[in-house]
Amino acid sequence: MDLLRFSTAGSVDDGKSTLIGRLLYDTKSIFEDQLESIEQTSERRGDDYLDLALLTDGLKAEREQGITIDVAYRYFATPRRKFILADTPGHIQYTRNMVTGASTVNLAIILIDARNGVVEQTRRHSFISSLLQIKHLIVCVNKMDLVDYSEEQYNKVVEEYEQFSSKLKIPDIRYIPISALKGDNVVNESEHMPWFQGSPLLYTLETVHVDNDYNHVDSRFPVQYVIRPQSDSKTDYRGYAGRVSGGVFKPGDDIMVLPSGFTSKIKSLDFFGEELEEAYTPMSVTMTLEDEIDISRGDMIVKPENQSTMGQDIELMICWMNEKKLVPRGKYRLRHTTRDARCIVKDVRYKVDVNTLHRVEDDKSMGLNDIGRILIRTTVPLLHDSYARNRATGSVILVDEFTNETVAAGMII
Amino acid sequence: MDYRLSHLQQLEAEAIYVIRETAAQFERPVLLFSGGKDSITMAHLARKAFYPAKLPFPMMHVDTGHNFPETIEFRDKFVADMGARLIVASVQESIDKGRAMEEKGPNPSRNGLQSITLLDAIEEYKFDGCLGGARRDEEKARAKERFFSHRDEFGQWEPKNQRPELWDIYNGFLHKGENFRIFPISNWTELDVWMYLEQEKVPLPNLYFAHKRKVVNRDGVLLAESPFITLMNGEEYEEKTVRFRTIGDATCTGAVLSEAGDIPTIIEEVAATRQTERGARADDKRSESAMEDRKKAGYF
Repeated sequence: MDLLRFSTAGSVDDGKSTLIGRLLYDTKSIFEDQLESIEQTSERRGDDYLDLALLTDGLKAEREQGITIDVAYRYFATPRRKFILADTPGHIQYTRNMVTGASTVNLAIILIDARNGVVEQTRRHSFISSLLQIKHLIVCVNKMDLVDYSEEQYNKVVEEYEQFSSKLKIPDIRYIPISALKGDNVVNESEHMPWFQGSPLLYTLETVHVDNDYNHVDSRFPVQYVIRPQSDSKTDYRGYAGRVSGGVFKPGDDIMVLPSGFTSKIKSLDFFGEELEEAYTPMSVTMTLEDEIDISRGDMIVKPENQSTMGQDIELMICWMNEKKLVPRGKYRLRHTTRDARCIVKDVRYKVDVNTLHRVEDDKSMGLNDIGRILIRTTVPLLHDSYARNRATGSVILVDEFTNETVAAGMII
Repeated sequence: MDYRLSHLQQLEAEAIYVIRETAAQFERPVLLFSGGKDSITMAHLARKAFYPAKLPFPMMHVDTGHNFPETIEFRDKFVADMGARLIVASVQESIDKGRAMEEKGPNPSRNGLQSITLLDAIEEYKFDGCLGGARRDEEKARAKERFFSHRDEFGQWEPKNQRPELWDIYNGFLHKGENFRIFPISNWTELDVWMYLEQEKVPLPNLYFAHKRKVVNRDGVLLAESPFITLMNGEEYEEKTVRFRTIGDATCTGAVLSEAGDIPTIIEEVAATRQTERGARADDKRSESAMEDRKKAGYF
């Protein structure tokens, strides 16, 4: 069966948890003991209604404060697809957790309260989704029951969002008027909005076409681990284990190893004793070569006629994720595919104002949740592609050398 | 050309990637192994990840001493067949050495004590990356867990301030004395595990399949007859046809009534069930945040 990974985002109180509760409830993915447990908690707290947010707010601190701090993952299935849902926090303070949840998805849902229209967090989440190159976005205009299911109000919100999103790079944006609380257009078609011609949310999630989201053109194989059995019978075996990060490899293909530039041919693509006819992204396999050459973790196997860029001066869009601000000319650890390096921040080019999407060039201090463009120089060459071309070979993380915390998500331009 | 992977193939590729990343990033990794289906799935994936080489790390069982005998028998055979090295860290030994104390009351569980034994073993063997078979769909605190989950020098999880985890780039940098818990099958559901075990034809302990057994119903949990359980007022063992959905400490792992004798029937049963698998775990029923509290204290 097919798998779709998606995330939900939206401002606080836009009804995100209710929507997830509704999706899970209507697809019969909530278990009796889970329901019982949240019923008891709701009752103990004296809530007037069953608080479906308790399903995803799994931490004590979240339930105490009624907010989402970190991403929660939920799993459900319909006869058409399996779904992995990353429920991400709405508070600006926890944006880094929203980025964590959104970095692995095919599709993002952004919720907007029909009464309030587009707000700052809507813009921030949309801009981050666009930066992360999420190709499909569904804008759910929620709480339609509170605006009398008004087509006019819905159109107003859609128009407002379109004005903003015209500056984003998201190829597929769809709009659905819903009421998560009442169930309109979530799983079942709404009786209250005959003017809406589109499909309900779940049907859209089940049918959206995501196969083309992987890069099947540029063959990339970052070497993750070298397999050398230490037993007598297999002493000659030397396999390069890794995950195909782009394109297709077949036995007999000419390959080149970067950064050394050595060339060879693929002898076999192995997987647990089986020899594969081809390997493509995102398969984890083991590659053997015709020639014995020096290859280790962090090297990249490509095709000679289609090599990744090799360089030490790299332009990045970054989301800063730490309370400690970016230090101009500061040094950081960097991790890119299976390669470790260090880098120095040579320049902050600009910051982005998420409300207007304008560049800010007079204030270049990058603090928690700031987004901007920087130039770094790395200690060793990175074997990379632009993030727009290939997510896996175009992404890096920066790590603080003293605290070891991940301080930035970087997308190579 | 059709370059599509089924959902099981995608989950398998992801898990193998994470297992290899663990072997590459850590100096002394270890695979935690309880003998349950998730551990067995993990061990099988690890074998596939490094084939034809053997596992580049040992396996470790944190043994509460409250086992079903079948589990230990199965464990020893399974590990021997894999050609892996097994370390047994014993909760009984922790108690004997005075590092841990048996719970008081009528239903003493050693589940919490496992954390002490586990942390001691991590320190003794200097393990820095512990692979485990926890899944996010099991429990609401686990739904919040990263693939690479940082633990400080006290083995504590800090759920309010987890490291961001972007794409499939995992940050395993640590200070001396700290460790990581790594969960390669985070994104698998109970059903995925069963479908995978069926597809791969991996052997399983027969506790998972329907059999006749004497059980006692305590607060809705069917506990199997064992020397570690003391019957309370009015309680009696009754013989039922049952199987286990999870296998853990015998004092808190409940059985379910079931006729499912093979994996396809279990898959049907799991697909239709209205209770989570941990619904039969007395250790999770102790309080609303029982799992989160144990995890903060070093539980895996």
